[in-house]
Amino acid sequence: MLELNHISLTFNEGTMDEKKALQHVDLQLGHGDFLTVIGSNGAGKSTLMNVISGSLLPDTGDVVIDDKQVTHLQEYQRSQLIGRVFQDPMAGTAPSMTIEENLAMAFARNKKRGLKPGVNKKRKTLFKEHLETLNLGLEDRLTAKVGLLSGGERQALSLLMATFTEPNILLLDEHTAALDPSRAELITDITADIVDKFQLTTLMVTHNMQQALDLGNRLIMMDKGQIILDVEGQEKEALTIEKLLDEFQHIRGEKMANDKAVLG
Amino acid sequence: MFVSIFGAVESGIIYALMALGVYITFRVLDFPDLTVDGSFVTGAAVAAVMIVNGQSPLTATITAVAAGFIAGCVTGLLHTKGKINPLLSGILMMIALYSINLRIMGQSNIPLLNESTVFTPVVSLWESLNLSAPFHAIIAWLGIESSPRTWAVIFFALIITLIIKFVTDYFLKTEVGLALRATGDNKKMIRSFSANTDILIIVGVGISNAFVALSGALIAQHGGFADAGMGIGMIIIGLASVIIGEALFGTKSIARTTLAVIGGAIIYRIVVSMALRVDFLETGDMKLITAIIVVAALVTPKLLDAQREKRRRLRKRKEIATMAGK
Ligand SMILES: Nc1ncnc2c1ncn2[C@@H]1O[C@H](COP(=O)(O)OP(=O)(O)OP(=O)(O)O)[C@@H](O)[C@H]1O
Ligand SMILES: [Mg+2]
Repeated sequence: MLELNHISLTFNEGTMDEKKALQHVDLQLGHGDFLTVIGSNGAGKSTLMNVISGSLLPDTGDVVIDDKQVTHLQEYQRSQLIGRVFQDPMAGTAPSMTIEENLAMAFARNKKRGLKPGVNKKRKTLFKEHLETLNLGLEDRLTAKVGLLSGGERQALSLLMATFTEPNILLLDEHTAALDPSRAELITDITADIVDKFQLTTLMVTHNMQQALDLGNRLIMMDKGQIILDVEGQEKEALTIEKLLDEFQHIRGEKMANDKAVLG
Repeated sequence: MFVSIFGAVESGIIYALMALGVYITFRVLDFPDLTVDGSFVTGAAVAAVMIVNGQSPLTATITAVAAGFIAGCVTGLLHTKGKINPLLSGILMMIALYSINLRIMGQSNIPLLNESTVFTPVVSLWESLNLSAPFHAIIAWLGIESSPRTWAVIFFALIITLIIKFVTDYFLKTEVGLALRATGDNKKMIRSFSANTDILIIVGVGISNAFVALSGALIAQHGGFADAGMGIGMIIIGLASVIIGEALFGTKSIARTTLAVIGGAIIYRIVVSMALRVDFLETGDMKLITAIIVVAALVTPKLLDAQREKRRRLRKRKEIATMAGK
C-alpha cells in the first residue's frame, strides 16, 4: 500500500544550519494499517508526512503507493491518492467559501474537474449525509462560510473532506493539537470512526502518547530523523506510556527531554 | 447635463468589463495584476489595426480578446514558473506590452472614425426600427431638452456586459471555478485536493486580461480611436470600480459582487464626468481625481465603522452610568 525506501532528506546541506531531517527511513504499510507516529520536536515527523504528500522531495529514496512510483509526482498529482489534515485548523479549508463549496472541492479530489456546477442537488444530499455523521449540526449550515466555523468544527470538516472520497493514504499531522481537550477528543473519536468505516491506510502524528497507544494497530517512534521503535499488533496493545519512555531511554541512552511536555 | 451622464453610463458599462477582469485577479485570485494597463491597449490596438485593414469588426474584437488572454497567461507564467512576485510580473508585462502595442499599431494612434465597428450594424438596425423614439419621447416628457443620439449602443453594451457577468457567475461555481477561487483563498488546501494551482493562476489571469482586452477593443470602437497611452492608470480605474461597487452594493454572493463591480464602474464614470464639469478642473486632473476617489472609497467605510463603534461604546457606557445612578 505505502512503501518508503531509504528516504533521506537534509535541509541546508553544507551550511551551519545543516539538519538531517530524515535518515534512511524505511517503512511499509499494508492496506488498512493505522500507524501512529510519535517523537520529540524536530524528530522529522512532519518532514516524513511532507515527503509522502509530495510537498517535499527527498534527497534519496522513493515513495511507492499501491505499487505506483510517486516519488517524482508533484504534490497536486499525488493528492489524487492522498487525503491530508493539517495541524492548523485554518489550513485545510477555504475560509471565504461555503461548507458545500469546500466539500465540492474535496469531492473532486480524485476526479477530473470540469465546467459542470460544483454543487448540485445530488451532491448536496451526499454532503448532508456525510456531515450528519459528524453530529455537529453542520448539515444545516451548508451555505455558511467556513471562516465562520470554530476551530473544532473546521477541523472536523477538514477531516471529512480529506476522507469521504476514500483516499489510498490518509495523513494526519497533529490534527488535534490546536484544539481544546474536549474538542480534541471529539475529533479523535471522529477520526477513529472514519478510519474504521472506510478502512483507510492512515499515518497519524501525535504528541499525545495515550492517543498514540489507543488508536491504530501500529506505532513508530522517531528521533533525529530515524525510526527508532516500531511495534505492531499484540505488542502494541501491551504497550504503556511508561514502557514507551523506558524503551526510548534504553535505545537512546539518555533521558527524554522534558517528559512532561511530551506527555502533555 | 443629461447627455454627459448618459455618455458616462454608456462608457461605464463598457469599462465594467475591464473592472470584472480586475475583480477576477484582485479579489478571486488574490493576485494584484498590473498587466491591465497594457492589455487594455492591446485589445484596442489589435481591434483597431484589424478593422483598419479591412477585417470584420467581430473578428477583430474576438482576436483582441484572444490577445488579452495570451498576455494574461504570460503574466501568470512569469509568476508561477518564473517565480517572480505577482506585482512585478504584472509590471514587467505592462512595460513589455507598451512596446508590443506600438508594434501592433505601427503608430501611436489609430483613428477609427470612418470605419464601421461592432456597433455600426446594431445602431443602424436599431434606428431603422426606430427603437430610440420611445426613449426620446420619455426624455422629452421629463422636460430634458437634449437627448442622446442613439440608445442602441448603451443597450448593446449592457447586453454584452451582462452576458460576461452571467458567464463569470456561472464559471466561478463550476468545479474549475471553485478550484480557482480556492487558489486565491487557500493554495495549500486546494493543492491537497489535487488542483494544479499554477495552471489555475495562469488561466485565471488570462481570463481576466481577456475581459480587459474586450473592454479596450470596445472602448476603441466606441470612442473612434486606439491610442498607445489610453491604458495609463487603467488598473486604478478598475480597482476604483471594484472598491466603490463593493462598498456601495455589497458582496453577499458572487452574483451580487459582479453586479456591484459593474455598478462601481458606472458610478466611477459618472463621478468623473461630474468632476470634469467643475470649472477649474481639467482633463489632465482625471488621474488625480481617480486617486482621490479610490482613497475616499477605501477610507470612508473604515471611518464610518469606527464612528459607529465609538457611538456604540458611548451608549453602553451611558447605560451603565444610569444603572449605577439608580
Ligand atoms: N523547510 C525547512 N528548512 C530547514 N529546516 C527544516 C525545514 N523543515 C523542517 N526543518 C528542520 O528539520 C527538522 C525536522 O522537522 P519536522 O518539522 O519534521 O519535525 P517534527 O518531528 O514534525 O517536530 P514537531 O513535533 O515540532 O512538529 C527540524 O529540526 C526542523 O528545524
Ligand atoms: Mg511537526
